[in-house]
Amino acid sequence: MANLSSEFVGIKSPNPFWLASAPPTDKQYNVERAFEAGWGGVVWKTLGAEGPPVVNVNGPRYGAIWGADRRLLGLNNIELITDRPLEVNLREIKAVKRKWRDRALVISLMVPCDEESWKDILHRIEDTEADGVELNFGCPHGMAERGMGSAVGQVPEYIEMVTRWVKQHSRMPCIVKLTPNITDIRKPAEAAKRGGADAVSLINTINSITSVNLDNFSPEPSIDGKGTHGGYCGPAVKPIALNMVAEIARNPETRGLPISGIGGVTTWRDAAEFLALGAGNVQVCTAAMTYGFKIVQEMISGLSQYLDDKQIGLSDLVGRAVPNVTDWQYLNLNYVTKAHIDQDACIKCGRCYAACEDTSHQAIAMSADRTFTVKDEECVACNLCVNVCPVDNCITMVPLAKGAVDPRTGVKVGDYANWTTHPNNPSVQAAE
Amino acid sequence: MSNSPLTPGIVPGRLPAEAYARNFADHEPALDRHEARVAADRCYFCHDAPCITACPTSIDIPLFIRQIATGTPEAAATTIWSQNILGGICARVCPTETLCEEACVREAAEGKPVEIGRLQRYATDVAMAKGLHPFTRGTPTGKRVAVVGAGPAGLACAHRLAMHGHDVVIYERRPKAGGLNEYGIASYKATNGFAQKEVDWLLSIGGIELRCGVELGRDVTLAELEAGYDAVFLGIGLAGVNALRAAGEDKAGVRDAVDFIAELRQTADLSTLPIGRDVVVIGGGMTAVDAAVQSKLLGAETVTIVYRRGQEKMSASAYEQEHATSAGVRIICNAMPVAIHGNGAVREVEFAYTQETPEGLKSTGETFRLKADQVFKAIGQTLAGAPEGLAVQGGKLAGHQGKVWAGGDCAAGGEDLTVTAVAEGRDAAEAIHKHLMA
Repeated sequence: MANLSSEFVGIKSPNPFWLASAPPTDKQYNVERAFEAGWGGVVWKTLGAEGPPVVNVNGPRYGAIWGADRRLLGLNNIELITDRPLEVNLREIKAVKRKWRDRALVISLMVPCDEESWKDILHRIEDTEADGVELNFGCPHGMAERGMGSAVGQVPEYIEMVTRWVKQHSRMPCIVKLTPNITDIRKPAEAAKRGGADAVSLINTINSITSVNLDNFSPEPSIDGKGTHGGYCGPAVKPIALNMVAEIARNPETRGLPISGIGGVTTWRDAAEFLALGAGNVQVCTAAMTYGFKIVQEMISGLSQYLDDKQIGLSDLVGRAVPNVTDWQYLNLNYVTKAHIDQDACIKCGRCYAACEDTSHQAIAMSADRTFTVKDEECVACNLCVNVCPVDNCITMVPLAKGAVDPRTGVKVGDYANWTTHPNNPSVQAAE
Repeated sequence: MSNSPLTPGIVPGRLPAEAYARNFADHEPALDRHEARVAADRCYFCHDAPCITACPTSIDIPLFIRQIATGTPEAAATTIWSQNILGGICARVCPTETLCEEACVREAAEGKPVEIGRLQRYATDVAMAKGLHPFTRGTPTGKRVAVVGAGPAGLACAHRLAMHGHDVVIYERRPKAGGLNEYGIASYKATNGFAQKEVDWLLSIGGIELRCGVELGRDVTLAELEAGYDAVFLGIGLAGVNALRAAGEDKAGVRDAVDFIAELRQTADLSTLPIGRDVVVIGGGMTAVDAAVQSKLLGAETVTIVYRRGQEKMSASAYEQEHATSAGVRIICNAMPVAIHGNGAVREVEFAYTQETPEGLKSTGETFRLKADQVFKAIGQTLAGAPEGLAVQGGKLAGHQGKVWAGGDCAAGGEDLTVTAVAEGRDAAEAIHKHLMA
């Protein structure tokens, strides 16, 4: 078994799987169940300022989209930060940390955007012995309307300012949680770094309406016939999160800034992908809310097996794919592939044909006996046939060897060359 | 009732009263909404789908399954009925394992086809339960068409003619419409009077008059119909039954399987229906299986199907054969009846083993005997009672002669299946329409 021990901004945990700040981490009872199940750490559900706690709606807080067998693909929520009194949370955090010394316990915070408020809350949590703080600049609903959450996360100057206050008034490691509801994720990450953040965590949830009730025309989740945008998460958001993590990991301004990867992590494989794109650990919520805390056991066994198979350690995996993330303009335009259909594996459904014939390049031929073959002279290697084929590995992309002639263009496959030097590029300077 | 499966002779009530309801309950229960959606999601929506080609009525199967998957089974039913107005019964009785589901690419991929038959039933059941009938009678043309036989072919023909605005009169020799749907298939495939419900639903389009108890040749002649109508459709089925040609065939207890099934289908209380202790069914088709399985379900102690050729030649599908054996029916192949023994009533059936030779099927000379107090003959039906003067090809009516069209089991071409009959009835209606409007 590979050693999954993790150290993230100095915070140790037996594995890199933390529960994200969310409903599963709102109470001692839940958190202890999570630790019993094997979670490496938790980020306690966001605490607000001293005073009467926020209130939540008393109707549905979650909406979802499903696959055919009601497999949950995406979840959204309109729940706010913790609605329990601050002192109750602080007492429980302290009790949990004392009982579970080997686990990471980070406190998520969200208070009004003034220095006194931050100074006050940091002072109040000092006594809990928590391992660090996570600044919730991400939640897109409810609190944002009150100038907190994503309202801060969407303004890099605010991020920098608040982060600086936090570093000034606390010795705890500070993780800044970013909202994806922005144009360029690098800007808030850079701001966090400038403010002195020890790490960023992302993504928080994405603004969303999960569905519309077509009988009463209320958005879902519906509160008395009305709905509001909520934060979207779960497997459906993973590709968005992966890209944002990678953007920060490869950005020269933020390179080396530790990242806690969040967004649709459901299996060990998802986690491994986040780690490969530069995350130092991952945080999970929807998968636990869908299947319960036990899923961490699959994540642990799966990641261990993978690391053993690859004969690498956890830290070797972190960032391993980052050098391969590049800009479009640097992609090799002389990399030529052609789709190839394995006739033994083909079940003759014809989806590749319909997709190519109707929506792509008319590069698949269909015979009277339903044999499907690729016309290399038409195939642009778009990969759509691969993606719509219901059979694993039935259609593959086969690269042409260097020097081979592409039957579509009649051009020999040459050495690496990209758009920056392509004759069609109007920005290319004449050589002389 | 003191009878049991061990009571000798042909007696009713071999089973406790509650066993009949259980034994003759829906053979394959309906899918619920969630099951239907999950089953529908397995469809790949193939291009030029092989299942459509395999369906004698060419239902757009991927489309109707997608309509189920997106929560519109009513639209799915419309897709089905547009091609096959008896889609409800066909969903229940079609040998899908040799038609659409055999052609399903998932059958090729993993041996588990999309459950097309059950999905079709789901869609048509939902729509019928809502009382939907998505077709209307066409603007009256003033043309009148006689349809003889209210089986699947005749009903499909009549409905399509009504859609085109022609007035239709159906002549049916039996007391009820439905043909083999009502009289010929196993009871557990069409429970709760489904065949009659479907007939009523079909006739609700209007413009179709049903005259039951009128037999062609006895009560009305073809010449009269030709004189009285603009066109005639014959969907008279196969009323004749092949003979065993074995000594003793006339002994008591020997009966045509189709008659037994018809009687069973019309018996409200199955505990009153007599059945033998040791039942032998001779034949290898669906009728043989339906008779055998239902004999077992009525409480017969032993039921044996004996088929003269090899198992691979049985026209009952592998699925049907397995259904029979799992019900406790024994299947013996490569044996033909040579004599029926007994003093007045059958006591034993003597069979000879057979072998295929270049000259045809021959006895090996080796014989054996099966104990039997009831024997059902299920060795095929033949055209009988067809009007004189009509062209016959290979024992069946030609599809079209003059103003007379034929379709279903009585007509040449196609397999003798409900779904084939529907297709032929529908297509004949289109041909008649074209002829009448020319």
